[in-house]
Amino acid sequence: MNHTRPFLRELIVAVVALVCLALIPHLTPSKLVSDFVIRLAAFGVFATSLNILIGYGGMVSFGHAMFFGGGAYAFGLLMQKTGVPVPVALLGAVLFCALLGFVIGAICVRLKEIYFAFLTLAFAMLVYSVILSWISLTGGDQGLVGGIPKPPFLGIDLAKSGHFYLFTCVVGVVCLLLMRLLMQSPFGYTLRMVRDDPERARFLGVDVWRTRLYAFVLAAAFAGVAGSIMALFVSGAYPELSYWTMSGEAIFMIMLGGLHVFVGPLVGAALLLMFNDVVTRFTDLHGLALGIIVLIFALGFRRGVTDFVVRRFRPARKPENAR
Amino acid sequence: MNPHELFNCVTSMSCIVTQASTGLIIGALLFLVAAGLTLIFGVLRVINFAHGSLYMLGAYFGLTVYRMTGSYLLAVVIAGLGVALFSIVFERFFIRRIYDADVLMQLLVCYAFILILDDVVKLVWGAEFLSMGMPEAFQSPPLMLGGGIIPVFYLVLVAAAGVIALALWYVLKHTRIGKVVRAAAHNPTMTSTLGLNTQLIYAGVFACGGLLAGMAGALAAPVRSMSPGMGFSILIESFIVTVIGGMGSVSGALVGALLIGMVRSFGSIGFPDFVEVLTFLAMILILVLRPGGLMSRRHA
Repeated sequence: MNHTRPFLRELIVAVVALVCLALIPHLTPSKLVSDFVIRLAAFGVFATSLNILIGYGGMVSFGHAMFFGGGAYAFGLLMQKTGVPVPVALLGAVLFCALLGFVIGAICVRLKEIYFAFLTLAFAMLVYSVILSWISLTGGDQGLVGGIPKPPFLGIDLAKSGHFYLFTCVVGVVCLLLMRLLMQSPFGYTLRMVRDDPERARFLGVDVWRTRLYAFVLAAAFAGVAGSIMALFVSGAYPELSYWTMSGEAIFMIMLGGLHVFVGPLVGAALLLMFNDVVTRFTDLHGLALGIIVLIFALGFRRGVTDFVVRRFRPARKPENAR
Repeated sequence: MNPHELFNCVTSMSCIVTQASTGLIIGALLFLVAAGLTLIFGVLRVINFAHGSLYMLGAYFGLTVYRMTGSYLLAVVIAGLGVALFSIVFERFFIRRIYDADVLMQLLVCYAFILILDDVVKLVWGAEFLSMGMPEAFQSPPLMLGGGIIPVFYLVLVAAAGVIALALWYVLKHTRIGKVVRAAAHNPTMTSTLGLNTQLIYAGVFACGGLLAGMAGALAAPVRSMSPGMGFSILIESFIVTVIGGMGSVSGALVGALLIGMVRSFGSIGFPDFVEVLTFLAMILILVLRPGGLMSRRHA
């Protein structure tokens, strides 16, 4: 099989996307737009990383926010307490989340799906309560305050908004590209096979537990990057980043965008961010509005936006399998 | 963190009595919520992630009835029935549509309901913390036992939970209804082939779960303050209880609830900041040693 050509195609898409993103600040100087792109980078990576589990792995995790919040805190604390350069702190946050994902995944991934969902939720609440009660380290419910120092590195000064914008775009696009390549790799196809028929995969010599665990660790690591972006953006970290509602929102982003197409979660993240911005402007009953929208999509449409698009333009293809 | 205080406690009679009675009421309330959760899972094969919200509704219903009538007994009964009624509607129009859907949809529907109910409570009762206050009938001085303090109300709570647990056990094990419910849990297809209306059984079990959660919410109202979002922590705790006891097992829920109650109560002496961690450690221990739970013969 020729692996170079698909790789080249993904690379070109990524570069084009990056160039478009880089042009945005030149087209409109609006801070609203660039802030939106930064938040989309964080939430897009976060939702896509969760889709590795839900869409590709068939493991519905209801606690993915623990890695989002965990990454944000790990990154923020590394920057505040040790003063290492940004890339080192980013790597540290990713390693921390991967390790956390390894420990929690080792306990969770052998469980049946509904057990898995609840147990991941329970662990996320444990992480949340540790963040709340370990006040001397995390600042408790006040969050990690005092700002995150942003020393310049390699000529990049994140304190400048232009630099920060580009840095976020590059990190976000690179993460998405990596996840895309991983899901198109033999590992990605093994994961799909484990999702569709674990029994058969086992017969073919696949270590089901290990495949699921790797997916869990990968998803955790990418969520850690997303959390770090968020920490840089808000210049701190808050317990809410790891609260269960954040996990719920990520699940809804995936469902809203569609879990059968790679960019589905990204589309869902963009839509939900816009929805949140509009709703919070008009009412403080955000939960009520979001709940009703979730019900309409979950019980009414029963599929996401990109699923509709795929059905419209590619009627011959079955949208059953994530591609 | 000071484990030696815990040691001091378990060597003094008064401290043991005080903490054990606290653990007992935590466990009793937890049992009522967890029993409904585990019953619904055992029969409907659906985990009701919105179960904590039913508990919250019970607490607020109870508060309103108590303020209107001044009767605590009436508050508990009406709160239970009100939440049961709500559960019937919830089951009929929402849960019933997702029995065969994948976990993702079940999760999203429950997620939506948690958000909606929290905001509805905020609209009706306000966002600030509310408290029922101790009903006058129970405002007598606490009992002393071996130097330990036991508030009178704790006895009422434990007695009420005990009566409900006994009733539940009797109905499930010794009546025709219980037999039918157990049959539906064991093999729904066969049960419906025999001419029994499984849909009705499902609705009944869901309502029963709501009744238990609603009564628990109202029963707890004098000793716990209420706020929108209060249901979520009890949801996690009762999930831990059902994992420890075994998913689908009501007797397991009782054992698990008492265990967690004691862990929380005694743990708060030695490790006040890490009580949550302790309950999780208990759960992980059970998951590793006995994945099906203490009372289950089947594996998870």
